[in-house]
Amino acid sequence: MYLWFHKFGSPPHFYRIAGKWLPWLGGLFILLLVAGLYGGLFLAPTDYQQGESYRIIFIHVPAAWMSLFIYVTMAFCGVVIIVWRMKLAEVVLISSAPIGASFTFLALATGSLWGKPMWGTWWVWDARLTSELILLFLYLGVIGLHSAIEDKRVASRAVAILAIVGVVNIPIIHYSVEWWNSLHQGPTVTKFDKPSIYWSMLIPLLLMALAFQVYYVLALFQSCRVELLRRERNSKWVEDISDD
Amino acid sequence: MNRLSLSQAFIYLLRRDLTLAFRNRAEFANPLLFFILVITLFPLAIGAIPELLARIAPGIIWVAALLAAMLSLDSIFRSDFDDGSLEQLLMSAHPMPLLVLAKVTAHWLVTGLPLLMVSPVLAEMLGMPQEAQGMLMLTILIGTPILSLIGSIGVALTVGLPKGGILLSLLILPLYVPILIFASSAIEGAAGGLDVSAQIYMLLAFLFLAISLSPVAAAAALKMSMS
Amino acid sequence: MTEFFNMGGYAVYVWPSYGLAAIILWLNWYLPTRQHAQVLRQLKRRNRDGNK
Repeated sequence: MYLWFHKFGSPPHFYRIAGKWLPWLGGLFILLLVAGLYGGLFLAPTDYQQGESYRIIFIHVPAAWMSLFIYVTMAFCGVVIIVWRMKLAEVVLISSAPIGASFTFLALATGSLWGKPMWGTWWVWDARLTSELILLFLYLGVIGLHSAIEDKRVASRAVAILAIVGVVNIPIIHYSVEWWNSLHQGPTVTKFDKPSIYWSMLIPLLLMALAFQVYYVLALFQSCRVELLRRERNSKWVEDISDD
Repeated sequence: MNRLSLSQAFIYLLRRDLTLAFRNRAEFANPLLFFILVITLFPLAIGAIPELLARIAPGIIWVAALLAAMLSLDSIFRSDFDDGSLEQLLMSAHPMPLLVLAKVTAHWLVTGLPLLMVSPVLAEMLGMPQEAQGMLMLTILIGTPILSLIGSIGVALTVGLPKGGILLSLLILPLYVPILIFASSAIEGAAGGLDVSAQIYMLLAFLFLAISLSPVAAAAALKMSMS
Repeated sequence: MTEFFNMGGYAVYVWPSYGLAAIILWLNWYLPTRQHAQVLRQLKRRNRDGNK
């Protein structure tokens, strides 16, 4: 078990294995995506309250879930970096950041596009939107700090600390904004709050969420491989790879 | 050679930083003047409508406090970094988090405390009602140390970087948001006569969390920045 | 068919959402893939030059 962990953490091993998995991940992603889109756009019935606009949910919710999941993953990598200085964790952390930021941006944008017809406004300062916006800044901070420090091993430790501090703060931000809102008695936010959601809507939603998950791994592996090549360019295994 | 005890080391470093700050008056004056200036900008920009100003006064004062804190954060580690004393501190036998706490305390005494003393005057100028002013001072008393503590993590991460300033703001402002929210909500609540003990408890919770954890994070960041 | 594209009148909100998702997902795949090819090219060139 320990040996597996060691082997898995070794850059050349990861590079090879990730490369092998890529086409399978791609195939799985396409499969899930098509299934989810078909279910969401064709099979799922029209919502009697929101009409067809609710179909944005099949993009919006999975994107939001990914934005949170990826940040937690980054924080986890951060701990591994601080404690074990694992090179692979460093690469995973920094490669995840742009993907996470993209999902956060997607969640915010699709949320706006959904909110405009539903609430009549592009933006509203409720807890979820505000804390999601701040999450975007946290991602950008990680990317900015990493690019500002030249020595990438030092940079990785820096963003590790930042990711850990940030993840502690995410629930705090969310609840403080929720509190702020309920104290100010803001406008009632219409949330897609169905206690029991139709199966025909739930299944495509879960399929899309799964698709995005697989996509994350896919994009992550590709990004990690590039970053590993860059970081380890002076090592033997990279030389061997670029030789054939 | 006698080894200093923990508390002796703390006091020593605190006094050293305070002495250094006193010798350079600008360190005191600049954040304070900035604070006053920013607050003054608002009536000029919005138009001196008393009801409007009074309503947004808590927010204005707190945002100005945030910005002033951020600008002054650089001074915590910068000069020590430049002349090599930071490295010496890192190598000392005393736990780095404690030393960081001493420096952050000095920073707060120099930048946060003056804000506290000036805020009632500014609040009056913005037309904040009396009941709210007391709450304002309380939130500044509890909140500005948190700003210094959390800010110290950000400075520790960026002290080695040439253009760390703007990046620092990007890193720290998201972390400052909860303080801002609870503080201004407490002041507004007090102005309306509501019970705001919940907000105060939350601020106190942040304060204690920050006192215990942020020096550790900042120390780790410093070690890494110096490597 | 046109009903589908019209999305009950909400087309201007729904399709840009899906379109934006498509663009973002494609970019996060395309950019690393292109960089991968670039880096490999650079490394090959360095190897070739190094062995001269």
